[in-house]
This record gives sequence, structure tokens and C-alpha cells, in this order.
Amino acid sequence: MIYLDNSATTKPYPEVLDTYKTVAEEYFANPSSLHKLGGRAEALLNKCRAQAARLLNVKEQEIIFTSGGTEGNNTAIKGVAFGYRQRGKHMITTKVEHPASRAAFEQLEALGYDVTYLDVDREGRISVDDVKRALRDDTILVSVIHVNNELGTIQPVEEIGNLLKERPKTLFHVDHVQGFTKVPLDFYEAGIDLCTISGHKIHGPRGTGILFIREGVQLSPLLAGGGQEHGLRSGTENLPAIAAFVRAMRMTTERARTGIAALDKLSKRIRQALEELPGVTVNTPKQGAAPHILNATVHGLRAEVFIHALEEEGIYISTKSACSSKESEASAVLLACGIPEEAARQAVRISLSFENTPEEIERFLQTFARKLSELKNAME
Amino acid sequence: MRYDQLVLSFGEIALKGKNRQMFSDLLFHRVRERLRDLPSVKVRMPYDHIEIDLNGANGDEVAERLRHVFGIQSIRAAIETNLDLQEMQAGALKVLLGEQANRPIRTFKISTKRKNKKYPTPSNELNHLIGAHVLRNTEGIKVDVHHPDLEIKVEVLENRARISGRTYEAAGGLPVGSAGKVLLLLSGGIDSPVAGYQLMRRGATVEAIHFHSPPYTSDRARQKVIDLAEKLHFYGGDVKLHIVPFTEAQLAIRDSLPESYRMTIMRRMMLRIAERVAEQRGALALATGESLGQVASQTLESMNTINEVTNLPVLRPLIAMDKVDIMTIAKEIDTYDISIRPYEDCCTLFLPRAPKTKPNREHANRFEKNLPIDALVQAAVDGIETIDIGRHEDSMDALL
Repeated sequence: MIYLDNSATTKPYPEVLDTYKTVAEEYFANPSSLHKLGGRAEALLNKCRAQAARLLNVKEQEIIFTSGGTEGNNTAIKGVAFGYRQRGKHMITTKVEHPASRAAFEQLEALGYDVTYLDVDREGRISVDDVKRALRDDTILVSVIHVNNELGTIQPVEEIGNLLKERPKTLFHVDHVQGFTKVPLDFYEAGIDLCTISGHKIHGPRGTGILFIREGVQLSPLLAGGGQEHGLRSGTENLPAIAAFVRAMRMTTERARTGIAALDKLSKRIRQALEELPGVTVNTPKQGAAPHILNATVHGLRAEVFIHALEEEGIYISTKSACSSKESEASAVLLACGIPEEAARQAVRISLSFENTPEEIERFLQTFARKLSELKNAME
Repeated sequence: MRYDQLVLSFGEIALKGKNRQMFSDLLFHRVRERLRDLPSVKVRMPYDHIEIDLNGANGDEVAERLRHVFGIQSIRAAIETNLDLQEMQAGALKVLLGEQANRPIRTFKISTKRKNKKYPTPSNELNHLIGAHVLRNTEGIKVDVHHPDLEIKVEVLENRARISGRTYEAAGGLPVGSAGKVLLLLSGGIDSPVAGYQLMRRGATVEAIHFHSPPYTSDRARQKVIDLAEKLHFYGGDVKLHIVPFTEAQLAIRDSLPESYRMTIMRRMMLRIAERVAEQRGALALATGESLGQVASQTLESMNTINEVTNLPVLRPLIAMDKVDIMTIAKEIDTYDISIRPYEDCCTLFLPRAPKTKPNREHANRFEKNLPIDALVQAAVDGIETIDIGRHEDSMDALL
């Protein structure tokens, strides 16, 4: 099997699953219970938070554990909308957000909030000047996806953060789900107030994530209850999953030290090989894109057909975002970049992880070329 | 841009006379210890500073680790060139552009030092030649010799030049282990970890003693102290934590003494036990986080009465500090959030709402006649559990 759908989800590391099992068996007590077993569970939870904070280079009290990217984005966006509604009701985002952000903004619009969706250029990137022009006195939030999940395009979040540093009344949320460990981001330096991370994109278990909330930001919680996670996310902590996730964070961060350069080589190799194939256009920009996502249009072939053809050979790639790939419409992200509808329908996404090897990539490329010519011949 | 080197300058060590070698060797050892897991990084110590060859490691990360090693005053990141003027000029420009990518820089100055006096061009002239090159190749940047945004130091050495730009503030102080051993009374509150930190900063090796009264104080309170000791361990090498079973003594105090003197006598018991541990462990002084007048046990009358039971010096590094300033340090050294976890410790057990603020020795001695002092001290000392914070393997760590 050659698995190249890592932006949809990754395979958990065996060590991560070991941790899950051990914690579920041995630390099953509720961290809020007063007795010793509860204390041990709480101590482990504290350790998880400390390790996560160290890996992200932030303070422990700035981390809440969530169920993943969708919850992180919703908590950040709605939490700011509800917590700062006295300050203003205008928010700015982009036309290329993940549905977990976009749909949250649409809900807020229905509630009377005013949302500006910024256009992107051909490469899927917004301009800092557009952000500047869109800002108003009542703008309470700017929310931007760091690395686009379909194209891999990196948004200029550092520049936007710099711009917003002079506007303390406008908070800045970054959806860092695809970027985490692949595209380094210093939250403080980039002036980020809220940042969403997901566990299952970095070989952790499903249902885990972190929302970074900078000290001083007052969110209105989505889940009210027993006051866990500093009162911002009630519900008994999912300790086995949290511990497993934090272990995956450490392992993946360690892999990233040499892994990013290796990924970069692999994706350059894929780009070069695909660009040589007739009827294939690479949509991911050459500069300013993450090293693990490559989107390409295979002209004249419906993407689904090609994906199933590769799957017969044990190779797994995908169409657009997994979260919307079952809908039959063309990708909204690609359309927003001005890619024609036909070409957008024929786009496939190849997404790598630090686990992929050069040998796998060579085999994938050979198979890709062979299947492409087989299918084209069959159609003629 | 990547720096090649970090240069660590000594603080007070540089002022030492004959003992200086001992201090600098100790510091060298501490620095190497802190970088042990980075095999590519090489550490050298010429006479009056430490040089670190990064060999590709991230200078910011290495500096961050070393910022908290006591004995280092400041850290400079540098690149090396040969002694060719053009190379030095290009190096200075590279440093400026690299720093500019990091923060806005409008003014700079070049400070040249010739350690190699045989180098033909005088320092002043080198300043001009290198500065002019930087000016020619940049826009909107001026020289300001008084308050520059960036000072680029150029050191002309025997057969190479070192050009440094970025600097990091470090903790200062003296290397841990240079001042002998202290036994710190670690309560779990905000003050005592700060006191421990201050003493470590002056070179003391710190062991900690904590009084635990199960079931009145919980496992979480105990864990809190272990977590605090772990923070101290980060700053000052191995820390031994002695956990004293204190329930029996506290119950005896509650049952046989007037309310108003319970706190005073409890403190006297703590000091007696601590003195015994200090003797066993070779500590030459006790230390507390007391600050004059902060609470009833910290008035001069209380300290006078409590201190009577020991001959060891009791070091009180925070004695003249305000609470807010202590809290500021606690936040800086990352102990504050642990200290405010809301678990009761033994100091507040069984105590009257208004303990005596002006006790005296005479009364204390009279009341203590009702207590089997020696037996209680012995039982407490015998029951001590010692945790080797630097070395103990935590089963939880293996999970993460």
C-alpha cells in the first residue's frame, strides 16, 4: 500500500496506540475525582499540557484540548463572535477556508454578523492589502487558514499578524490544521491570538486537537458544564486520546527536523514528473506552498475514475478536501482561484507525510503515468 | 541567516581572583550538560568566555537553553570570516540584513576590537571601513554610535574574525555547585520556590524538604511540590526532595498546645527536623521563602522565637521583598502556575484563625514541655521519603 492521502488523515503511530491503550487501562479515573486515582489522571493531564505547551512554544494555560479541527475552528470563531459582540459584529475571512470555518461564519451571518470573504489570486493567496482595506472599527476577528487543505498554498499569516499588532481590538485566528509540523509557525511572533491544531493529521488519534488561546483573550465557551479546560471546554477529559495525541505531537515534531527538507524533495520530484506528463497541470503554486500537498488536474479524466484506477494498484490519493469530496460539485477552493470548472472537477490531491519514502514515490509516479495512458487509450 | 557560533560571556566569574578556574570549570561543565543531547554542537572555553560551534543547530534554540544556566551574563550569536577586509565587510552586512529580517533596524554601529594587535588597520579605521560598506549596500539605515538599534561587534582574532549581531540576556549569577549545599523548606506556596531559585542563582546546591500530613493533605499537594522541585531541577541540576511525614507531630501539637501558639511551635518542629536532615545531608544552612511581615509566622517576633531551635544559619533571600515582586519572579521562572494550584498544605492545618503574631521564646519553651519533642522529631526523620528529582524515572514520561 502506498498511502498518499495524508491531508485527509494519517495512520496513527504504533507507539501512539500503545499510549492510548495503557492510559485507557491504567489512568481510567476522572481527573476531577478527589481520590488518588483521580490525582494520577490529573497529573498525567497536566504533563500532557506541559509537553504540548513546550512543543508549541507557548504557556500551559494557553492550551485547551479539543476534539479536533472542526471544534477548534468553531470554538475560536463563535467564541470570539459571542464573547466580543459588544465590541463589534464584523469579521474577516477568506474564500478558501475549510468548511469547518466557512460554515461557522455562515451560521454567524444568519445571526446578524457581517462577514467579509476575501478573494484570492490565481495561486489561492489573499493579499495583506485586501485585509487592510477590509478592516473596520467594528472588526473583531480575522480568521485565515495557514496552509490550504486542497492546494497547499501558504497564506501570509505573519504579515497579517504584523498588521493586526497595531489593532488590539481585532483578534487573529489561524487554522493551522494542515500546517502544523510541516510549515513552522511561531504563534507569538506572528501575533496570533487563536490557533487550531488537529491530532489525526499528525499520526495521532481521531477526536483530538488543541486550540491555542493567547493569555488575555476572553472566549465565550461553546460547551458549558463542569468547567474543564479552564472553563472553555467542559466535558470529562478524553485522557487516553489526549496522551496519545501529545505523544504524536512529540514524535512528529522530532521527525520534522529532518523531515521537512525530505518532504520538500519528494514533492519537487512529484511536481517535476507530473509536469512532464501530457495533459497534466499542477495547480499547487511553485513558491509559497507547503511541502506535503500537491494538487493537479488530469485533463479529460474525471477525478473519481482516476482515483479508483490507482486504488486498484494499492495507491491512495484523493480528490478535493475529504470533508466535501462526496459532494458532486467542483472544488470551491479551486474555483475561487479562477481555475475553470471543468479543470477543477478533474483535480486530484496527493498529500504526503514524513513516513513516505522516495521508493514509494517512484513507484507511485510510474503507476500514475501508466494508468494515465491506459485510461486515455481506453477512451479514444 | 544562520549564525555559526554562540559566545557566552561570564558575569561575576570574571571578577574572581584565584578561585576563578573552579568557577569557570563548573560553568563549562553545566553548559556541556545542558547541550549533551546535541552531539553536533561543540563547546570550547578559551580564557575568559565560552565558545559554542553550532554546526547547523538553531542558535535561538541553543541560546534559549543556556539563558537559564547561572554564571552566564549574556550570549552573542556570531559568524566567522577570515581576516580579509572584504570578507569582514560582507560578514557585517550579512549580520545586519539577517537581523533586519527579524526586527526593524534603522540605526547601527560597528564596534571593532583587535585582540590581534598585529593586525595592521587600527580598530577605529576598521569601524569606518566596515560601517561604510554596510551603508553603501543598504537603504534607509543610519549610523548611531550612542543608541543604535543594532550593535555589530567585530573581533579581530589571531587568524579569523568574529562578527556578532544578535544578543540574548542570560540569568547571570554564579554556577550551581560553587557555593555549597542548602536545605530549602519547600511548602508549595509562591515564595519558597523563588527563594530556592535565588539561592541557586548564587551558586548553591539546593535540596528541598517538604512536610506532608496525609490524610489531611492530599496526594495532589504532594505532586504539586514534586512539580515545583522539577522546575528547580531545570535551573539547578539534581535536586533531592525529602518528604517528611508530619501528621503525628501536627496532631500532637493540636492536642496539647493552646491554639495561639500552635503555629509557632509547628514551625519550631519543622526547623528541628530540617536541622537533622541538613546534618545528614551535609547542608550548611537552611533556607525559607519568608518575607518580613507577610504573615503571622514572618514577623520579627515570630522569627526570633522560631529561630531559637537551630544553630544553622537560616537564609531568607526574600526577606525584604514585596509580594508582588516575588510573584513577578515566580511567573518568570514558571513556578507561579504550579504554586497557585488550590491544595491545602500542612502549614494551614489545625491553625487558629488568628495565630499569635508576637510570640516569645519563654512561652514557647514553656508550652513545649507538654510535647515529646525528641520522639516526634525522630519519628518524622525516620519516615522521610527521598525523591531524586533529577534521576527518578517517571512512568508517565514513558507514555508521552
